Amino acid sequence: MEQKPRWLNILDTLTAILFVVSVFLVFFYAPMERTMGAVQKVFYFHVATAWVGMLGFLVAAVVGVFYLIKGERKYDIMGLAAIEISLIFFFIAIIMGSIWARPIWNTWWTWDPRLTTATIVELIYAAYMMLRQGIDDPDRRARFGAVYAVLGFVSVPLTFISIRMLRTIHPVVVGNSDPGAEGSFSMTGPMKTAFFFSLFTFSVLFVDLFWHRVRMGKLAAKVEELRLKITA
Amino acid sequence: MNNFRNFLRALTAVVRKDLTAEWRSRELFTAMLVFALLVILIFNFALELDARARTSVTSGVLWVTFAFAGTLGLNRSMATEKDRGCLDGLLLAPVDRSAIYFGKAIGNLVFMFVVELVVLPVYSVLYNINLFRPELLLIILLGSIGYVAVGTLLSTMAVQARTRDILLPILLFPLVVPVLIAAVRASGGILQDFAWEEIQAWVNLLVVYDVIFIAIAFMFFDYVVEE
Repeated sequence: MEQKPRWLNILDTLTAILFVVSVFLVFFYAPMERTMGAVQKVFYFHVATAWVGMLGFLVAAVVGVFYLIKGERKYDIMGLAAIEISLIFFFIAIIMGSIWARPIWNTWWTWDPRLTTATIVELIYAAYMMLRQGIDDPDRRARFGAVYAVLGFVSVPLTFISIRMLRTIHPVVVGNSDPGAEGSFSMTGPMKTAFFFSLFTFSVLFVDLFWHRVRMGKLAAKVEELRLKITA
Repeated sequence: MNNFRNFLRALTAVVRKDLTAEWRSRELFTAMLVFALLVILIFNFALELDARARTSVTSGVLWVTFAFAGTLGLNRSMATEKDRGCLDGLLLAPVDRSAIYFGKAIGNLVFMFVVELVVLPVYSVLYNINLFRPELLLIILLGSIGYVAVGTLLSTMAVQARTRDILLPILLFPLVVPVLIAAVRASGGILQDFAWEEIQAWVNLLVVYDVIFIAIAFMFFDYVVEE
Protein backbone atom coordinates (compact mmCIF):
# COMPACT_ATOMS: atom_id res chain seq x y z
CA MET A 1 0.00 0.00 0.00
CA GLU A 2 1.57 3.20 -1.14
CA GLN A 3 1.67 6.20 1.20
CA LYS A 4 -0.29 9.33 0.50
CA PRO A 5 2.17 11.60 -1.32
CA ARG A 6 3.52 14.54 0.69
CA TRP A 7 2.67 16.98 -2.08
CA LEU A 8 -0.94 15.89 -1.94
CA ASN A 9 -1.04 16.70 1.77
CA ILE A 10 0.40 20.11 1.05
CA LEU A 11 -2.12 20.67 -1.73
CA ASP A 12 -4.98 19.70 0.59
CA THR A 13 -3.90 22.30 3.13
CA LEU A 14 -3.35 24.92 0.46
CA THR A 15 -6.81 24.30 -0.98
CA ALA A 16 -8.40 24.69 2.45
CA ILE A 17 -6.58 27.96 3.08
CA LEU A 18 -7.45 29.33 -0.37
CA PHE A 19 -11.05 28.41 0.20
CA VAL A 20 -11.25 30.30 3.48
CA VAL A 21 -9.59 33.34 1.91
CA SER A 22 -11.93 33.15 -1.06
CA VAL A 23 -15.02 33.04 1.14
CA PHE A 24 -13.67 35.99 3.11
CA LEU A 25 -13.04 37.99 -0.09
CA VAL A 26 -16.50 37.24 -1.44
CA PHE A 27 -18.39 38.15 1.72
CA PHE A 28 -16.31 40.91 3.29
CA TYR A 29 -14.05 42.40 0.64
CA ALA A 30 -16.24 42.55 -2.48
CA PRO A 31 -18.88 45.29 -2.13
CA MET A 32 -22.59 44.57 -2.05
CA GLU A 33 -24.13 44.81 -5.52
CA ARG A 34 -26.49 47.78 -5.57
CA THR A 35 -29.66 46.37 -7.12
CA MET A 36 -29.41 42.63 -6.44
CA GLY A 37 -28.01 42.74 -2.91
CA ALA A 38 -26.70 39.69 -1.08
CA VAL A 39 -27.95 37.11 -3.55
CA GLN A 40 -25.41 38.35 -6.08
CA LYS A 41 -22.68 36.74 -3.90
CA VAL A 42 -23.72 33.40 -5.36
CA PHE A 43 -22.27 34.55 -8.65
CA TYR A 44 -18.66 34.15 -7.44
CA PHE A 45 -19.17 30.47 -6.72
CA HIS A 46 -21.67 29.81 -9.49
CA VAL A 47 -19.26 30.80 -12.24
CA ALA A 48 -16.35 29.07 -10.51
CA THR A 49 -18.16 25.73 -10.17
CA ALA A 50 -19.42 25.91 -13.75
CA TRP A 51 -15.84 26.61 -14.84
CA VAL A 52 -14.55 23.57 -12.95
CA GLY A 53 -17.30 21.54 -14.60
CA MET A 54 -16.30 22.54 -18.12
CA LEU A 55 -12.61 22.17 -17.26
CA GLY A 56 -13.17 18.58 -16.17
CA PHE A 57 -15.12 17.70 -19.29
CA LEU A 58 -12.33 19.18 -21.40
CA VAL A 59 -9.73 17.17 -19.46
CA ALA A 60 -11.79 14.02 -19.97
CA ALA A 61 -11.98 14.59 -23.73
CA VAL A 62 -8.23 15.23 -23.97
CA VAL A 63 -7.21 12.19 -21.93
CA GLY A 64 -9.81 10.23 -23.90
CA VAL A 65 -7.86 10.96 -27.07
CA PHE A 66 -4.62 10.01 -25.28
CA TYR A 67 -6.17 6.76 -24.18
CA LEU A 68 -7.24 5.87 -27.69
CA ILE A 69 -3.77 6.62 -29.04
CA LYS A 70 -1.65 5.04 -26.30
CA GLY A 71 -4.02 2.60 -24.63
CA GLU A 72 -2.57 3.17 -21.16
CA ARG A 73 -4.87 2.46 -18.24
CA LYS A 74 -3.98 5.66 -16.36
CA TYR A 75 -5.68 7.83 -18.99
CA ASP A 76 -8.92 5.95 -18.48
CA ILE A 77 -8.72 6.44 -14.72
CA MET A 78 -8.06 10.15 -15.27
CA GLY A 79 -10.99 10.50 -17.65
CA LEU A 80 -13.42 8.89 -15.24
CA ALA A 81 -12.06 10.98 -12.34
CA ALA A 82 -12.48 14.23 -14.27
CA ILE A 83 -16.02 13.43 -15.38
CA GLU A 84 -17.15 12.33 -11.93
CA ILE A 85 -15.91 15.54 -10.32
CA SER A 86 -17.28 17.74 -13.08
CA LEU A 87 -20.68 16.09 -13.02
CA ILE A 88 -21.05 17.06 -9.36
CA PHE A 89 -19.63 20.56 -9.80
CA PHE A 90 -21.80 21.29 -12.80
CA PHE A 91 -24.82 20.17 -10.84
CA ILE A 92 -23.86 22.48 -7.97
CA ALA A 93 -23.50 25.32 -10.51
CA ILE A 94 -27.03 24.67 -11.78
CA ILE A 95 -28.44 24.62 -8.23
CA MET A 96 -26.67 27.86 -7.32
CA GLY A 97 -27.87 29.44 -10.54
CA SER A 98 -31.41 28.53 -9.57
CA ILE A 99 -30.99 30.12 -6.15
CA TRP A 100 -29.89 33.32 -7.87
CA ALA A 101 -32.54 33.17 -10.57
CA ARG A 102 -35.43 32.88 -8.13
CA PRO A 103 -35.27 36.52 -6.90
CA ILE A 104 -33.68 38.01 -10.04
CA TRP A 105 -35.62 36.34 -12.88
CA ASN A 106 -38.56 35.55 -10.60
CA THR A 107 -38.37 31.85 -11.47
CA TRP A 108 -36.25 28.87 -10.50
CA TRP A 109 -35.79 27.80 -14.04
CA THR A 110 -36.14 29.09 -17.58
CA TRP A 111 -35.29 27.42 -20.89
CA ASP A 112 -32.50 29.79 -21.70
CA PRO A 113 -29.59 28.50 -23.87
CA ARG A 114 -27.08 28.23 -21.06
CA LEU A 115 -29.49 26.54 -18.70
CA THR A 116 -30.73 24.17 -21.37
CA THR A 117 -27.20 23.38 -22.53
CA ALA A 118 -26.16 22.78 -18.91
CA THR A 119 -28.98 20.27 -18.51
CA ILE A 120 -28.05 18.47 -21.71
CA VAL A 121 -24.40 18.40 -20.64
CA GLU A 122 -25.41 16.76 -17.35
CA LEU A 123 -27.45 14.21 -19.29
CA ILE A 124 -24.54 13.47 -21.65
CA TYR A 125 -22.19 12.69 -18.79
CA ALA A 126 -24.86 10.81 -16.85
CA ALA A 127 -25.15 8.67 -20.01
CA TYR A 128 -21.36 8.29 -19.89
CA MET A 129 -21.59 6.85 -16.37
CA MET A 130 -24.38 4.48 -17.44
CA LEU A 131 -22.36 3.35 -20.44
CA ARG A 132 -19.46 2.46 -18.18
CA GLN A 133 -21.67 0.61 -15.75
CA GLY A 134 -23.10 -1.50 -18.54
CA ILE A 135 -19.74 -2.93 -19.64
CA ASP A 136 -17.77 -5.48 -17.64
CA ASP A 137 -14.60 -5.84 -19.68
CA PRO A 138 -12.22 -3.09 -18.42
CA ASP A 139 -10.51 -2.52 -21.80
CA ARG A 140 -13.74 -2.16 -23.68
CA ARG A 141 -15.18 0.05 -20.94
CA ALA A 142 -12.18 2.34 -21.20
CA ARG A 143 -12.33 2.51 -25.00
CA PHE A 144 -16.06 3.22 -25.15
CA GLY A 145 -15.75 5.74 -22.33
CA ALA A 146 -13.01 7.60 -24.18
CA VAL A 147 -14.98 7.67 -27.43
CA TYR A 148 -18.10 8.90 -25.70
CA ALA A 149 -16.23 11.57 -23.72
CA VAL A 150 -14.88 13.01 -26.97
CA LEU A 151 -18.23 12.79 -28.79
CA GLY A 152 -19.98 14.46 -25.89
CA PHE A 153 -17.49 17.28 -25.62
CA VAL A 154 -17.64 17.99 -29.35
CA SER A 155 -21.43 18.12 -29.35
CA VAL A 156 -21.65 20.67 -26.52
CA PRO A 157 -20.70 23.79 -28.54
CA LEU A 158 -23.09 22.76 -31.32
CA THR A 159 -25.86 22.28 -28.79
CA PHE A 160 -25.11 25.67 -27.31
CA ILE A 161 -25.13 27.41 -30.70
CA SER A 162 -28.35 25.72 -31.73
CA ILE A 163 -30.14 26.76 -28.55
CA ARG A 164 -28.58 30.21 -28.63
CA MET A 165 -30.13 30.73 -32.04
CA LEU A 166 -33.48 30.49 -30.27
CA ARG A 167 -32.91 33.33 -27.74
CA THR A 168 -31.24 34.21 -24.47
CA ILE A 169 -31.81 36.19 -21.27
CA HIS A 170 -28.76 34.93 -19.35
CA PRO A 171 -26.40 37.79 -18.42
CA VAL A 172 -22.84 37.75 -19.73
CA VAL A 173 -20.75 39.40 -17.02
CA VAL A 174 -17.31 38.71 -18.46
CA GLY A 175 -17.26 40.09 -22.00
CA ASN A 176 -20.14 41.76 -23.78
CA SER A 177 -23.70 41.20 -22.70
CA ASP A 178 -26.84 41.11 -24.79
CA PRO A 179 -29.01 44.16 -24.20
CA GLY A 180 -31.91 41.80 -23.51
CA ALA A 181 -30.15 40.06 -20.61
CA GLU A 182 -31.77 40.43 -17.19
CA GLY A 183 -29.79 40.64 -13.96
CA SER A 184 -26.64 41.93 -15.60
CA PHE A 185 -24.14 44.15 -13.78
CA SER A 186 -20.61 45.40 -14.22
CA MET A 187 -17.91 44.36 -11.79
CA THR A 188 -15.95 46.89 -9.73
CA GLY A 189 -12.27 46.34 -8.84
CA PRO A 190 -12.78 44.45 -5.54
CA MET A 191 -15.52 42.37 -7.15
CA LYS A 192 -13.12 41.37 -9.90
CA THR A 193 -10.48 40.43 -7.34
CA ALA A 194 -12.94 38.26 -5.42
CA PHE A 195 -14.23 36.74 -8.66
CA PHE A 196 -10.89 35.77 -10.14
CA PHE A 197 -9.63 34.58 -6.78
CA SER A 198 -12.66 32.35 -6.51
CA LEU A 199 -12.02 30.98 -10.02
CA PHE A 200 -8.43 30.26 -9.01
CA THR A 201 -9.50 28.61 -5.75
CA PHE A 202 -11.93 26.31 -7.48
CA SER A 203 -9.34 25.38 -10.09
CA VAL A 204 -6.96 24.37 -7.30
CA LEU A 205 -9.80 22.51 -5.62
CA PHE A 206 -10.37 20.67 -8.88
CA VAL A 207 -6.72 19.66 -9.13
CA ASP A 208 -6.79 18.49 -5.53
CA LEU A 209 -9.95 16.41 -5.92
CA PHE A 210 -8.71 15.11 -9.26
CA TRP A 211 -5.50 13.90 -7.70
CA HIS A 212 -7.41 12.14 -4.90
CA ARG A 213 -9.82 10.56 -7.35
CA VAL A 214 -7.06 9.34 -9.66
CA ARG A 215 -5.29 7.73 -6.70
CA MET A 216 -8.53 6.07 -5.73
CA GLY A 217 -9.07 4.90 -9.31
CA LYS A 218 -5.61 3.34 -9.39
CA LEU A 219 -6.27 1.53 -6.11
CA ALA A 220 -9.62 0.33 -7.46
CA ALA A 221 -7.88 -1.01 -10.56
CA LYS A 222 -5.38 -2.82 -8.34
CA VAL A 223 -8.21 -4.35 -6.31
CA GLU A 224 -9.92 -5.50 -9.47
CA GLU A 225 -6.68 -7.05 -10.70
CA LEU A 226 -6.14 -8.90 -7.42
CA ARG A 227 -9.68 -10.16 -7.43
CA LEU A 228 -9.26 -11.50 -10.95
CA LYS A 229 -6.06 -13.23 -9.83
CA ILE A 230 -7.84 -14.94 -6.94
CA THR A 231 -10.85 -16.08 -8.94
CA ALA A 232 -8.76 -17.21 -11.92
CA MET B 1 -7.39 4.71 -57.01
CA ASN B 2 -7.47 0.94 -56.71
CA ASN B 3 -7.75 1.31 -52.93
CA PHE B 4 -10.72 3.54 -53.30
CA ARG B 5 -12.41 1.09 -55.63
CA ASN B 6 -11.89 -1.72 -53.11
CA PHE B 7 -13.30 0.49 -50.40
CA LEU B 8 -16.38 1.19 -52.49
CA ARG B 9 -16.80 -2.47 -53.29
CA ALA B 10 -16.66 -3.43 -49.61
CA LEU B 11 -19.05 -0.64 -48.75
CA THR B 12 -21.64 -1.59 -51.36
CA ALA B 13 -21.33 -5.24 -50.32
CA VAL B 14 -22.24 -4.34 -46.73
CA VAL B 15 -25.13 -2.17 -47.87
CA ARG B 16 -26.39 -4.84 -50.23
CA LYS B 17 -26.19 -7.49 -47.52
CA ASP B 18 -28.31 -5.33 -45.19
CA LEU B 19 -30.85 -4.46 -47.85
CA THR B 20 -31.19 -8.04 -49.08
CA ALA B 21 -31.63 -9.38 -45.57
CA GLU B 22 -34.22 -6.71 -44.92
CA TRP B 23 -35.98 -7.31 -48.23
CA ARG B 24 -36.41 -10.99 -47.38
CA SER B 25 -37.65 -10.57 -43.81
CA ARG B 26 -39.06 -7.02 -43.81
CA GLU B 27 -38.73 -7.22 -40.03
CA LEU B 28 -37.12 -3.90 -39.42
CA PHE B 29 -39.12 -1.85 -41.88
CA THR B 30 -42.48 -3.12 -40.65
CA ALA B 31 -41.55 -2.59 -37.03
CA MET B 32 -40.26 0.94 -37.63
CA LEU B 33 -43.23 1.91 -39.76
CA VAL B 34 -45.91 0.56 -37.45
CA PHE B 35 -44.16 2.13 -34.49
CA ALA B 36 -43.95 5.50 -36.29
CA LEU B 37 -47.65 5.40 -37.10
CA LEU B 38 -48.45 4.55 -33.50
CA VAL B 39 -46.41 7.51 -32.27
CA ILE B 40 -48.33 9.81 -34.60
CA LEU B 41 -51.59 8.32 -33.35
CA ILE B 42 -50.56 8.93 -29.74
CA PHE B 43 -49.63 12.51 -30.57
CA ASN B 44 -53.06 12.95 -32.07
CA PHE B 45 -54.65 12.25 -28.70
CA ALA B 46 -51.97 13.89 -26.60
CA LEU B 47 -51.82 17.19 -28.44
CA GLU B 48 -55.31 17.59 -29.92
CA LEU B 49 -53.87 18.18 -33.36
CA ASP B 50 -56.49 20.60 -34.64
CA ALA B 51 -56.06 22.70 -37.74
CA ARG B 52 -54.44 25.64 -35.99
CA ALA B 53 -52.06 23.64 -33.82
CA ARG B 54 -51.04 21.55 -36.80
CA THR B 55 -49.01 24.12 -38.69
CA SER B 56 -46.90 24.98 -35.67
CA VAL B 57 -46.60 21.54 -34.11
CA THR B 58 -46.29 19.31 -37.18
CA SER B 59 -42.52 19.54 -37.55
CA GLY B 60 -42.04 18.67 -33.87
CA VAL B 61 -44.34 15.68 -34.10
CA LEU B 62 -42.61 14.47 -37.25
CA TRP B 63 -39.13 14.67 -35.80
CA VAL B 64 -40.01 13.01 -32.53
CA THR B 65 -41.57 10.22 -34.58
CA PHE B 66 -38.49 9.86 -36.78
CA ALA B 67 -36.16 9.94 -33.79
CA PHE B 68 -38.05 7.23 -31.90
CA ALA B 69 -38.52 5.01 -34.93
CA GLY B 70 -34.85 5.62 -35.75
CA THR B 71 -33.57 4.22 -32.44
CA LEU B 72 -35.68 1.15 -33.00
CA GLY B 73 -34.06 0.56 -36.38
CA LEU B 74 -30.52 1.36 -35.23
CA ASN B 75 -30.77 -1.00 -32.29
CA ARG B 76 -32.17 -3.84 -34.31
CA SER B 77 -29.81 -3.54 -37.25
CA MET B 78 -26.78 -3.78 -34.96
CA ALA B 79 -28.28 -6.41 -32.64
CA THR B 80 -28.77 -8.86 -35.53
CA GLU B 81 -25.10 -8.47 -36.40
CA LYS B 82 -24.03 -9.12 -32.84
CA ASP B 83 -26.40 -11.96 -31.98
CA ARG B 84 -25.48 -14.32 -34.76
CA GLY B 85 -21.81 -13.44 -34.74
CA CYS B 86 -22.10 -11.65 -38.09
CA LEU B 87 -20.16 -8.69 -36.76
CA ASP B 88 -17.13 -10.89 -36.09
CA GLY B 89 -17.43 -12.22 -39.63
CA LEU B 90 -17.54 -8.71 -41.02
CA LEU B 91 -14.52 -7.70 -38.95
CA LEU B 92 -12.56 -10.71 -40.17
CA ALA B 93 -13.03 -9.62 -43.77
CA PRO B 94 -9.83 -8.07 -45.10
CA VAL B 95 -11.37 -4.66 -45.77
CA ASP B 96 -11.05 -1.26 -44.23
CA ARG B 97 -13.14 -1.04 -41.04
CA SER B 98 -14.56 2.31 -42.06
CA ALA B 99 -16.13 0.61 -45.10
CA ILE B 100 -18.13 -1.46 -42.62
CA TYR B 101 -19.14 1.66 -40.72
CA PHE B 102 -20.26 3.52 -43.83
CA GLY B 103 -22.00 0.44 -45.15
CA LYS B 104 -23.99 0.03 -41.95
CA ALA B 105 -24.69 3.75 -41.78
CA ILE B 106 -25.97 3.91 -45.35
CA GLY B 107 -28.11 0.86 -44.72
CA ASN B 108 -29.60 2.49 -41.64
CA LEU B 109 -30.11 5.72 -43.53
CA VAL B 110 -32.00 3.91 -46.28
CA PHE B 111 -34.31 2.24 -43.74
CA MET B 112 -34.95 5.52 -42.01
CA PHE B 113 -35.57 7.37 -45.25
CA VAL B 114 -37.99 4.75 -46.54
CA VAL B 115 -39.97 4.95 -43.30
CA GLU B 116 -40.00 8.74 -43.56
CA LEU B 117 -41.19 8.55 -47.14
CA VAL B 118 -44.14 6.44 -46.03
CA VAL B 119 -44.93 8.51 -42.96
CA LEU B 120 -45.02 11.80 -44.90
CA PRO B 121 -47.93 10.95 -47.24
CA VAL B 122 -49.83 9.20 -44.46
CA TYR B 123 -49.45 12.26 -42.27
CA SER B 124 -50.41 14.51 -45.19
CA VAL B 125 -53.63 12.57 -45.73
CA LEU B 126 -54.53 12.21 -42.05
CA TYR B 127 -54.06 15.87 -41.22
CA ASN B 128 -54.82 17.45 -44.55
CA ILE B 129 -51.51 19.25 -44.86
CA ASN B 130 -49.11 19.00 -47.78
CA LEU B 131 -45.74 17.68 -46.62
CA PHE B 132 -44.31 16.87 -50.03
CA ARG B 133 -42.04 19.81 -50.58
CA PRO B 134 -38.54 19.46 -51.98
CA GLU B 135 -37.07 21.75 -49.27
CA LEU B 136 -38.63 19.64 -46.53
CA LEU B 137 -37.24 16.47 -48.09
CA LEU B 138 -33.79 18.08 -48.11
CA ILE B 139 -34.07 18.94 -44.40
CA ILE B 140 -35.25 15.43 -43.60
CA LEU B 141 -32.33 13.97 -45.51
CA LEU B 142 -29.78 16.22 -43.77
CA GLY B 143 -31.31 15.58 -40.35
CA SER B 144 -31.41 11.84 -40.90
CA ILE B 145 -27.77 11.78 -42.01
CA GLY B 146 -26.64 13.45 -38.79
CA TYR B 147 -28.85 11.21 -36.71
CA VAL B 148 -27.68 8.03 -38.37
CA ALA B 149 -23.99 9.03 -38.40
CA VAL B 150 -23.92 9.28 -34.61
CA GLY B 151 -26.53 6.57 -34.12
CA THR B 152 -24.62 3.89 -36.03
CA LEU B 153 -21.47 4.50 -33.99
CA LEU B 154 -23.35 4.53 -30.68
CA SER B 155 -25.49 1.49 -31.50
CA THR B 156 -22.28 -0.43 -32.20
CA MET B 157 -21.21 0.50 -28.67
CA ALA B 158 -24.62 -0.14 -27.11
CA VAL B 159 -25.02 -3.69 -28.43
CA GLN B 160 -21.75 -4.68 -26.79
CA ALA B 161 -22.97 -3.57 -23.36
CA ARG B 162 -25.00 -5.54 -20.84
CA THR B 163 -27.81 -2.97 -20.84
CA ARG B 164 -27.96 -2.76 -24.63
CA ASP B 165 -31.61 -2.03 -25.43
CA ILE B 166 -32.10 0.76 -22.94
CA LEU B 167 -28.66 2.22 -23.49
CA LEU B 168 -28.92 3.48 -27.09
CA PRO B 169 -31.55 6.21 -26.62
CA ILE B 170 -29.83 7.41 -23.45
CA LEU B 171 -26.49 7.69 -25.26
CA LEU B 172 -27.93 9.05 -28.48
CA PHE B 173 -30.54 11.66 -27.60
CA PRO B 174 -28.37 14.14 -25.68
CA LEU B 175 -25.85 14.09 -28.54
CA VAL B 176 -28.37 14.68 -31.34
CA VAL B 177 -30.07 17.63 -29.67
CA PRO B 178 -28.53 20.06 -32.20
CA VAL B 179 -29.84 17.97 -35.10
CA LEU B 180 -33.31 17.80 -33.64
CA ILE B 181 -33.50 21.51 -32.84
CA ALA B 182 -32.20 22.57 -36.23
CA ALA B 183 -34.36 20.08 -38.11
CA VAL B 184 -37.52 20.96 -36.20
CA ARG B 185 -36.92 24.69 -36.67
CA ALA B 186 -36.08 24.37 -40.36
CA SER B 187 -39.01 22.10 -41.16
CA GLY B 188 -41.32 24.32 -39.13
CA GLY B 189 -40.13 27.33 -41.07
CA ILE B 190 -40.75 25.58 -44.37
CA LEU B 191 -44.24 24.49 -43.38
CA GLN B 192 -45.08 28.04 -42.33
CA ASP B 193 -43.79 29.38 -45.66
CA PHE B 194 -40.88 31.38 -44.28
CA ALA B 195 -38.38 32.80 -46.74
CA TRP B 196 -35.36 30.56 -47.37
CA GLU B 197 -33.03 33.15 -45.79
CA GLU B 198 -34.70 32.63 -42.42
CA ILE B 199 -34.13 28.89 -42.60
CA GLN B 200 -30.63 29.07 -44.05
CA ALA B 201 -28.91 29.29 -40.64
CA TRP B 202 -30.53 26.07 -39.46
CA VAL B 203 -29.62 24.27 -42.68
CA ASN B 204 -26.02 25.41 -42.24
CA LEU B 205 -26.01 24.06 -38.71
CA LEU B 206 -27.30 20.71 -39.95
CA VAL B 207 -24.59 20.51 -42.59
CA VAL B 208 -21.88 21.41 -40.07
CA TYR B 209 -23.13 18.80 -37.63
CA ASP B 210 -23.26 16.14 -40.34
CA VAL B 211 -19.71 16.85 -41.49
CA ILE B 212 -18.23 16.94 -37.98
CA PHE B 213 -19.91 13.80 -36.75
CA ILE B 214 -19.32 11.75 -39.89
CA ALA B 215 -15.64 12.64 -39.56
CA ILE B 216 -15.52 11.70 -35.86
CA ALA B 217 -17.42 8.46 -36.36
CA PHE B 218 -15.08 7.61 -39.24
CA MET B 219 -12.06 8.11 -36.97
CA PHE B 220 -13.46 6.28 -33.94
CA PHE B 221 -15.26 3.31 -35.43
CA ASP B 222 -12.08 1.23 -35.32
CA TYR B 223 -11.82 1.60 -31.56
CA VAL B 224 -15.44 0.65 -31.04
CA VAL B 225 -15.27 -2.70 -32.84
CA GLU B 226 -11.75 -3.68 -31.77
CA GLU B 227 -11.58 -6.92 -29.73
